[in-house]
Amino acid sequence: MPQPMPPAAFPVTNFLGDLIRAHFAPPMSDLLNGLLAIMALLAVVALTPICLIWLERKVCAHFQARLGPMRVGWHGLMQPLADGIKLLFKEVLKPEGADTFLFFLAPILPATASFLVLTVIPFDHHFQVTDLDAGVLFVIAASGLNIFGVLLAGWASNNKYSLLGGIRSGAQMLSYEISLALIMLLVVLLSGTASLREIVLTQQGTVLDWWICKFPGFGALAFIMFLISSTAELNRGPFDMVEAESELTGGFTTEYSGISFAMFFLAEFVNMFASAALATTFFLGGFLAPRFGLAALDGLLASVPGVLWFFLKSYGVILCFMWFRWTFPRPRVDQLMALEWKIMLPINLGLLTLGGLFLGLGWIAP
Amino acid sequence: MPAVSSRAPIKDTTCAAPPMRPAGFIRSPAGDGLTDEYFLNMGPQHPSTHGVLRLVLRLDGENILEVVPHLGYVHRGIEKIGENQTYIQNIHLTDRLDYLSAHSNNLCLCLAMEKALDIGVPERGEYIRVMVCELQRIQSHLLWWGVMGMDMGAITAFLYGFKEREPITNIFEEMCGARLTMNFFRPGGSAMDVPDTFIPRVRGVIAHLKPALDEYHTLLSNNVIFQARTKGIGILPAASALAYGCSGPVLRGSGVNLDLRRHFPYSIYDRFDFDIPLGQAGDCYDRYLIRLEEMAQSLRILEQAAAAFPTGPYRSKEKAQYRLPRGSHYAQVETSRGLFGVYIVADGSAKPYRIKYRSPSFANLMVINELVRGHKLADLVAIISTLDLVIPDMDR
Repeated sequence: MPQPMPPAAFPVTNFLGDLIRAHFAPPMSDLLNGLLAIMALLAVVALTPICLIWLERKVCAHFQARLGPMRVGWHGLMQPLADGIKLLFKEVLKPEGADTFLFFLAPILPATASFLVLTVIPFDHHFQVTDLDAGVLFVIAASGLNIFGVLLAGWASNNKYSLLGGIRSGAQMLSYEISLALIMLLVVLLSGTASLREIVLTQQGTVLDWWICKFPGFGALAFIMFLISSTAELNRGPFDMVEAESELTGGFTTEYSGISFAMFFLAEFVNMFASAALATTFFLGGFLAPRFGLAALDGLLASVPGVLWFFLKSYGVILCFMWFRWTFPRPRVDQLMALEWKIMLPINLGLLTLGGLFLGLGWIAP
Repeated sequence: MPAVSSRAPIKDTTCAAPPMRPAGFIRSPAGDGLTDEYFLNMGPQHPSTHGVLRLVLRLDGENILEVVPHLGYVHRGIEKIGENQTYIQNIHLTDRLDYLSAHSNNLCLCLAMEKALDIGVPERGEYIRVMVCELQRIQSHLLWWGVMGMDMGAITAFLYGFKEREPITNIFEEMCGARLTMNFFRPGGSAMDVPDTFIPRVRGVIAHLKPALDEYHTLLSNNVIFQARTKGIGILPAASALAYGCSGPVLRGSGVNLDLRRHFPYSIYDRFDFDIPLGQAGDCYDRYLIRLEEMAQSLRILEQAAAAFPTGPYRSKEKAQYRLPRGSHYAQVETSRGLFGVYIVADGSAKPYRIKYRSPSFANLMVINELVRGHKLADLVAIISTLDLVIPDMDR
């Protein structure tokens, strides 16, 4: 078992961070390190949608027995770029009677929220912008900003379809945030810490020590609940009542075009990545390499850098999200609410109670 | 309900717009007075009105109070054009009505002409007619199935439906040159003989489609979300269905046993063994299952027809000009949407004096206000979808 990392004052203690610390005095080095960390994160935010757009197009195409984009680059690899350029050069239209300020503010909020969530995600031992003690609370607070974007977009568009989408999103995202928070709370309870990095470090050992297995049976249930709640929270299919193109034409995005639509699009994909990253952190051992208790295999697996493991696991979860979206039909909005308040919430409360019970009886060591 | 949003600047205060209230709503206000009702224009350009149907909805939140369909967006005056075309030319117009039932529509006009002029059809011609019509029923239902899935948010179903539809479309393309507005039947048979590859290709479709239908049940029919979205939604009582003149799967979904192929047989449908699926509840799920079962039954007919497919002439001797005798002539067929009828008033010339089509989609749409009562906006999409409307068929 590797040594637990000493808690760092500022977690950028990797090669680049040390280099800067060696050459600059503390206030300056912290500033530079912070800037570098944010730039690295911006790169992640910029690259993630590009990867995910391509992946989504290809995954959905192969689910649907077709090839997907094949013309722009090898197997359509440059397609997201072409999409981006197209959206950049399209005219941004504002409908008559729309609230100008809110109309243009709305697309920025979800992108900001997803960016904020990523700041506390531990990508590797030393690859995290900041390790907050109350990281989980920060995640809940930051992802709450998402609602404003969608709600304001629905309101400001001066379009009844958009407004319906906005109203639906308000109800849906608020409700599922409760479930999501309860599951996060369960993991916090079990691991005894609210720092995302510490939560990962409590899952050291073999695969059986990941929270999906460590909390016998119920861990897997909690993971499934997390996936369902995340899908609803992300407004992704099958829970995309907010967009629901067959009913609301495009929901809150109906009136958006060009770059302002692209911002929503970008935020959707970064959010999906953030949710997958959270699922990885909470349940799948984060950046830790999977160990199976076999010396030869474990050594091999451990030689892969943690950041790669992190992205591998996250993309695995993302594939699950895509699988849901391209398989299931969409429930009605009231059925979605009933699912949350009548089924998900009681189960999650039960899980939380069980978690406390297991901990109190000493069946799980935190 | 003001015409403009209260947030929009009112430019001319001296002549403010009068409160907008779209016409055609007949029910009294819902009445609790706690919430405002509002109107929502759905279509003609809307993803789930399939083509260009325009509905104006009276809504209370997400609940639908009333729906008023507005027709005429794709009205082309086909019945009026038909008065200036010869009967043969009129056949070409019928496949622009219900473009998914082009063959059945052609057949209907041909049947009317054959009955009026006492033209016989050779055995092979009859078999070609039945097989082509059944193939077309399957391809129409496949498209409907895919679109139904898409309306429910399962976009993958859409492409699956189209994938299975493709071989049938290929058969039509090889047979008559067109993939959509097919035009093949003529009085006394068909315009051409079917190619040699016809029967092998039909057998291929049968073999391919049987497992595909099971897959459809796995993917959509047995899905818990799909069932929640369609069971108990849009219940159409049998009496209402009859009163509104519904036909086809919409009527049979309510449990009324009426299928022209069985009860008023035309062509050689009386020689084939097939079942007529009937619904019990009359809800969206029943209408859905009936269409899937109809595909299976059409496959049965195709199997029997392919086994007994005769050789010989495909068309009886054609005439230079078809002049229907003075008087009125009527024929009807069962298309994939229901009862399609043509009523011709002939004056003895080469062109009809007046021609009137009875399209199934028109009657099936009119029942919509009965179905949406008390349901939500999302249910309307399911209801429209299970009515299986083709807009050019209504507007003509």
